[in-house]
Amino acid sequence: MEKVIRVGMADLNICKAPDRITTLGLGSCIGLVLFDVNSTTCGMVHVMLPDSSIMRNTSNPAKFADTGVKLLVEQLEREGLRRSKLCAKMAGGAKMFSIRGSGDVLNIGERNAEAVKNILDEMRIPIIASDCGGTYGRTIEFDPVTYRLLIRSIGKADKYI
Amino acid sequence: MEENQMNEFSDMEFDVLKEISNIGTGNAATAISQMLDSRVDIEVPIIKVMKFDEMSEVVGGAEKEVIGILVTLEGDIDGMMMFMTDKYSAAVVINRIMGMEFSELTGALSEMQVSMLTEFGNIIAGSYLSAIAKLTGLGIVPSVPDLSDDMAGAILSVPAIEFGKVSDRVLLIQSVFDTDNKRAEGFFILIPTRKAYKKIFEKLGLIS
Repeated sequence: MEKVIRVGMADLNICKAPDRITTLGLGSCIGLVLFDVNSTTCGMVHVMLPDSSIMRNTSNPAKFADTGVKLLVEQLEREGLRRSKLCAKMAGGAKMFSIRGSGDVLNIGERNAEAVKNILDEMRIPIIASDCGGTYGRTIEFDPVTYRLLIRSIGKADKYI
Repeated sequence: MEENQMNEFSDMEFDVLKEISNIGTGNAATAISQMLDSRVDIEVPIIKVMKFDEMSEVVGGAEKEVIGILVTLEGDIDGMMMFMTDKYSAAVVINRIMGMEFSELTGALSEMQVSMLTEFGNIIAGSYLSAIAKLTGLGIVPSVPDLSDDMAGAILSVPAIEFGKVSDRVLLIQSVFDTDNKRAEGFFILIPTRKAYKKIFEKLGLIS
């Protein structure tokens, strides 16, 4: 009986076919999927902040791009996947609100996207597809059989990347 | 308050936030009554500390379409505040302001509707800010608000990320108000920065 595995905020999970994996209502957060086209096991992490080293509270590694991505890679390796074969698809990082004079605070979406891209770059994991930015929320769902990432937003047609 | 004890609100801190929100809700009832030109009854607000994901569930699910109004803060206290409501409740407010028969909001909000709701959110934010100012003597300047009509999870990601910098939990104030025999529900999230919390508690003599 196939099911859809949920990933919450600052959370990560592994998924094996025929299950699919999803995270709902991505705003300024980034939803990242790591997969291998030679496998039907994949993983998703929902990160909220770019960098764990500047924060005092780092008790939840999935919350940060640097520790979250690394943790997901490690978990996938434990499932038998090889780091060198991993690919990525990502979405989110929207700017949900715009307030003049608010400084950089509301640009966190863009900074999260940057941070995830940088870590993936460091780990030499190619980003196959990405749907980041904009000013709207996204729900994403990944199927480790088709390797397609479904993106749903209010008032827009569903799209696959 | 230790900087590394940020994970949970202590009972004392929680009581202070409850007090602020009780006064704020009282102010809001008066202000909303004036704006809607109608008697408004606000039930005692439910104030809870919860994990990020619980927040989405409490408001009806991460994919539920809601309206969020955000205000950033400057002055003695910096941070942000958000007021959030579902489309039914927004319709109650809009129709009441316009003096019209109740009708649901369908499709995208018009400029006028955005303007009315933004003002509504502004008034509520102002109610909580004056509660804080009254209790602490601190001056706070709110920004011009911005409104987003989108999935609850996406809108909540903004305050969640702010809380996320120091904690794994958020403080949510859930308020139900009745007007014109209709029930409207709103959620309020106040996110002072860590520094600002310290100032509030210092002013209240809770820490030295």
